[in-house]
Amino acid sequence: MHADETGRGGGGSLLQAGAPGAAYAEGEPILQVRGLVKHYPLTQGILFKKQVGAVKAVDGVDFDLSAGETLGIVGESGCGKSTVARMLVHLEPVTGGSIRYKGEDITKLSGRALKAVRRNIQMVFQDPYTSLNPRMTVGDIIGEPYEIHPEVAPRGSRRKRVQDLLDVVGLNPEYINRYPHQFSGGQRQRIGIARGLALNPEIIVADEPVSALDVSVQAQVVNLLDRLQAEFDLSFVFIAHDLSIVRHISDRVGVMYLGRIVEIGTDQEIYDHPTHPYTQALLSAVPVPDPTARDHRERIILHGDVPSPANIPSGCRFRTRCWKAQERCALEVPLLAVPAVFRDTSTPARHDSACHFAEEKRVVPPEGLLETPEPADAPPEEDDRDDRGGPA
Amino acid sequence: MLLEVRDLHVEFHTREGVAKAVNGVNYSVDAGETLAVLGESGSGKSVTAQAIMGILDMPPGKISGGEIVFKDRDLLKLRTEERRRIRGQEMAMIFQDALSSLNPVLSVGEQLGEMFVVHRGMSRSDAKVKAIELMDRVRIPAARERVGNFPHQFSGGMRQRIMIAMALALEPDLIIADEPTTALDVTVQAQVMDLLAELQRELNMGLILITHDLGVVADVADKIAVMYAGRIVETSPVHDIYRAPAHPYTKGLLRSIPRLDQKGQELYAIKGLPPNLLHIPPGCAFHPRCPMAQPVCRTDVPPLYTVDENRRSACHFWKETLDAR
Repeated sequence: MHADETGRGGGGSLLQAGAPGAAYAEGEPILQVRGLVKHYPLTQGILFKKQVGAVKAVDGVDFDLSAGETLGIVGESGCGKSTVARMLVHLEPVTGGSIRYKGEDITKLSGRALKAVRRNIQMVFQDPYTSLNPRMTVGDIIGEPYEIHPEVAPRGSRRKRVQDLLDVVGLNPEYINRYPHQFSGGQRQRIGIARGLALNPEIIVADEPVSALDVSVQAQVVNLLDRLQAEFDLSFVFIAHDLSIVRHISDRVGVMYLGRIVEIGTDQEIYDHPTHPYTQALLSAVPVPDPTARDHRERIILHGDVPSPANIPSGCRFRTRCWKAQERCALEVPLLAVPAVFRDTSTPARHDSACHFAEEKRVVPPEGLLETPEPADAPPEEDDRDDRGGPA
Repeated sequence: MLLEVRDLHVEFHTREGVAKAVNGVNYSVDAGETLAVLGESGSGKSVTAQAIMGILDMPPGKISGGEIVFKDRDLLKLRTEERRRIRGQEMAMIFQDALSSLNPVLSVGEQLGEMFVVHRGMSRSDAKVKAIELMDRVRIPAARERVGNFPHQFSGGMRQRIMIAMALALEPDLIIADEPTTALDVTVQAQVMDLLAELQRELNMGLILITHDLGVVADVADKIAVMYAGRIVETSPVHDIYRAPAHPYTKGLLRSIPRLDQKGQELYAIKGLPPNLLHIPPGCAFHPRCPMAQPVCRTDVPPLYTVDENRRSACHFWKETLDAR
């Protein structure tokens, strides 16, 4: 299966009409998210339920995704990053805000129009052990999307397409009749990725796709995702808590805290020139695999825990843990915009950061300061397609 | 030496056959020292720890050889009651998942106090005072008010602190921490690791830190033992191993992790999968995945070669591995 063989949406003329909005022009972001909100109501009473509050899992998220780009979203557990992912693929209805796919707000769609859009935005899940049905063969799992979108592949050609997909993700096409339990974690994640690719989507939303994998297998899957993006011209929304992996894979990175993006920019802007105190604390807490870094690294240790999303602090939601917090932070919500101090500069610190007292602070030692072992002169690995050895 | 594991063998008898989880492991840790045991799932790192603690499920597990010498006694020769006395008093363990390791229907105060009631014969009210002290020590805010709370009322980081408090209760000489921060977020992980390292210094305990995270190891360890398929493939002081690994597996691991300080090109990936413990490859268990493998690696099990005074590597070509950097 190659992109040029089956032009995107080639078989989908029937649904074509409903999909792309008229407002979309080449070069515009493929996905525009504005003011995205997800509140889960908290109710009291059994017969007469009344709402007494809300868990504000996502509370106003804005970002753009350009075609062919990878946007990384990082944050700690409970920050709402997975909820954002689920809303993007319409697994979770939104409470407010809009998600524009090629100019059209998909949150309002239903029926055939929604189905057409969904084909183009697919998801890869975190846990390869629970996201594959143990009673279905690999062929059925990867081929199931064609049952729902039969226009993508005529019945007769499906088996062949599934085998092509297995090949693309580096699995032996002969495994088509095996069951998920016959595969290792890394291989299962490849199956999940193949399923995500089945409908030739334009956007893949990957929620922690490698965090359940062993270190040596993680690199294989990250490389696979990199290669697939280039090969199929995919746009990625890559959600993870591991900051090193996000930097590796992303063009731009958004940092989430308690339901909001607090800072967003290119990978260099965020990692080398962070201006939001939360980003700085997060980066400084990541253990660096180099013992020489122990001595010349400043650690910002945050105190306390993340507040409950049912009871969000007034003003800046990070202020309860912030060492810079002042009165203004409790009164005024900081907006996600270029901070005034950097507005007229041309430094990489000039990027969106939701802090009243933003200042640049480098917390990751510059590249090259720390030694890494040089590549061995051993022959390079053929590529990432090396899970063929046999099922575990 | 506080603890010395000598040529330990552990196997599991399963329906499909005998899984050799630990195949001749040697390591040691001294008072005040931190040994990191690094390995992926199935490498035998946790099984070794369970054998040391005496909490291995037997059957199906079986210690088929070796010695575990702790303060000049071979633990494997002791009677069950003696081992039980050592456990908790002289050595203690911190588990990965605090929520499932704590009893959900007992308050944390009762669980912490139980240590003193059982091992020290204290009264319940004295034990409660001790429990509050311990909670203070691991910096749980408002310990006096929270001593009656149940595990689910604490956040993940706080629960892990309670686990640490419980391990430290009787001031043991050795702590085994099995992936203590894997379930935690990075900012909380930093808090918990800092606390653990500080208390270790204060009490001059030996610490065995079991982990798969090369970052955490670099932050706290004095020396490392890298495990693969139930064997130690490399041991070294922490600085040397990051600068110049002497085993291709260690080298591959170090190169396969993405770095925070650089946006790399393609990641180096160790090809293939970790072996099935029911069918460990002959010779060097790593040879099917090794870029340097030679015919001899398929037939001869490499011994732990001496690289220098403090370093050992189980690779026939450790010299080449070092030079090839």
